[in-house]
Amino acid sequence: MINLRDKGAQFWERSNRPVRVLTVFAIVAVVAALPYAGNTFLQTPVAAFDAVLVYPMGMFILMALGLNVVVGKSGMLDLGYVAFFAVGAYTMAILGTRTGLNTWEIMPIGIAAAMFAGVLLAIPTLRLRGDYLAIVTLGFGEIVRVSALNSEAIGGALGIAGVPFPPGLGFEYQLLDQKYFYWTIVVMILLVIWVIRRLTVRRPGRAWESIRQDEDAAELMGVSTYKYKIWAFVFGAAIGGGAGVFYASRSMVIAPDNFTLNTSILILACVVFGGMGNIWGVIVGAAILGYLPDRFRFLSDARLLLFGLVLVVFMNLRPEGILPRKKREKAIVKKGSGA
Amino acid sequence: MRLELKDLHVHYGKIEAIKGISVVVNEGEIVTLIGANGAGKTTTLKTISGLRKVSSGQILFDGQDISNVPAHERVDLGISQAPEGRGIFPGMTVLENLEMGKFNRKDRKSEMDEDLDKVYTLFPRLKERATQAGGTLSGGEQQMLAIGRALMARPKVLLLDEPSMGLAPQMIANIFRIITEINKTGVTILLVEQNAQQALQRAHRAYILETGNVVKEAKASDLLNDPAVREAYLGTGAH
Repeated sequence: MINLRDKGAQFWERSNRPVRVLTVFAIVAVVAALPYAGNTFLQTPVAAFDAVLVYPMGMFILMALGLNVVVGKSGMLDLGYVAFFAVGAYTMAILGTRTGLNTWEIMPIGIAAAMFAGVLLAIPTLRLRGDYLAIVTLGFGEIVRVSALNSEAIGGALGIAGVPFPPGLGFEYQLLDQKYFYWTIVVMILLVIWVIRRLTVRRPGRAWESIRQDEDAAELMGVSTYKYKIWAFVFGAAIGGGAGVFYASRSMVIAPDNFTLNTSILILACVVFGGMGNIWGVIVGAAILGYLPDRFRFLSDARLLLFGLVLVVFMNLRPEGILPRKKREKAIVKKGSGA
Repeated sequence: MRLELKDLHVHYGKIEAIKGISVVVNEGEIVTLIGANGAGKTTTLKTISGLRKVSSGQILFDGQDISNVPAHERVDLGISQAPEGRGIFPGMTVLENLEMGKFNRKDRKSEMDEDLDKVYTLFPRLKERATQAGGTLSGGEQQMLAIGRALMARPKVLLLDEPSMGLAPQMIANIFRIITEINKTGVTILLVEQNAQQALQRAHRAYILETGNVVKEAKASDLLNDPAVREAYLGTGAH
């Protein structure tokens, strides 16, 4: 199979600055024009295409980018990522229905709440590694959901309805035409990409990378592994929380059912399917896995079978994901497993 | 910079791996810990570098008890370790690995170039492979990288855990020659080895560890000629 990652990297390296800028603009333009592609073969049969672009696709991309920092960059398996999404969403729903605050004012509060939840989870659990960490995070995700389910004060199983739309910024957010929601989420995604890229070329990126490759060695180099692991968790949580705030504000109704283990696993699947550790891969993976179930909704129950089949076939053809991380890592896998 | 272990005890769960050892490493020395598998050599090093917790006893560095200092801060004090099994970052290039060795001193750009030069002079092979992924190096090259990376932090004491493990005889001789060279630049070295012959030839003093206890401490040259030691650890005793 063609190595798209290398092809892309080669193109990027060979291009000069104007070509790069042009490429970025072209990609952003195509992405921004997507809502107008609703009448093509891309059309989703049941849900409106522009709505599918917002949720699941856009939301999945945001969450997968956040989870990728934890799983892909730092190598910690988090199976409860949906908890941060839920914290953000509930913060929006509670404050949006009970105070006069609007979505943009609640956004930083929701992000802060998710980060706080991240610290709460991280401090007692990050001394664990691998499978043990995965199980504890899985438990955490369920605790958050079940707590919401059993708290009548926040609506119990019914959840919270009447969450207000974000106030327009010179335009109005509309239920039947979700273009503005979509463009907002594209901006959020671009922002997150920018922050992640800034961080990964600096000390936190190096620290996370070293922790993923050999935690003990990282500690010996003077990396405060505990601190940087908490940072990865909290940073991932912030992105999940931000996505949650926007999700609640768009959906108008949220309930504990929106935040099941299934979502955590699906987001993890996006990361693995796209290419762990490579943000472009993760974006493509999340877009595809968000889109497919809606595209084939006319198959009713068989669509999930098809979805599973696509996953199995693709992971066999491209075990490292659609756009795997840098190639030189391949040599390690071989060497490491052989030694 | 004197490193001293005082009545050190270390546990893995309920099992006591180090049963109250006392070791002194004076400034400028090469001291070696030798002993069989499971004697506690690696545990001792890991405890000094901070990867394992002290159950009781003290680790004195320059007279100060550092047993509660977290591992990543001990690097800044001047204790660097080249871990067992090399412990390099397989997905980073040789250069990136070396840069990691300076993680807490990265701002000092001139220092970086200077120390890279030093490491490349000691290990010219690393310079040739600077852009290659650590995981693609041979065993000997990985060991060089692990030692070079530890040197990047400008250690006062260098902890080496089985640098000869899994290497070809020629490479072993080479590595030990370089260890002596590093020591001559003023770096104190604590060396853990199963290859007792080589270690004793290079070290000033040695401790013999058996199941978590120090059973003997002497000048390395004396141990080389001690018949009991020769039989037990050098494999050249009477048969």
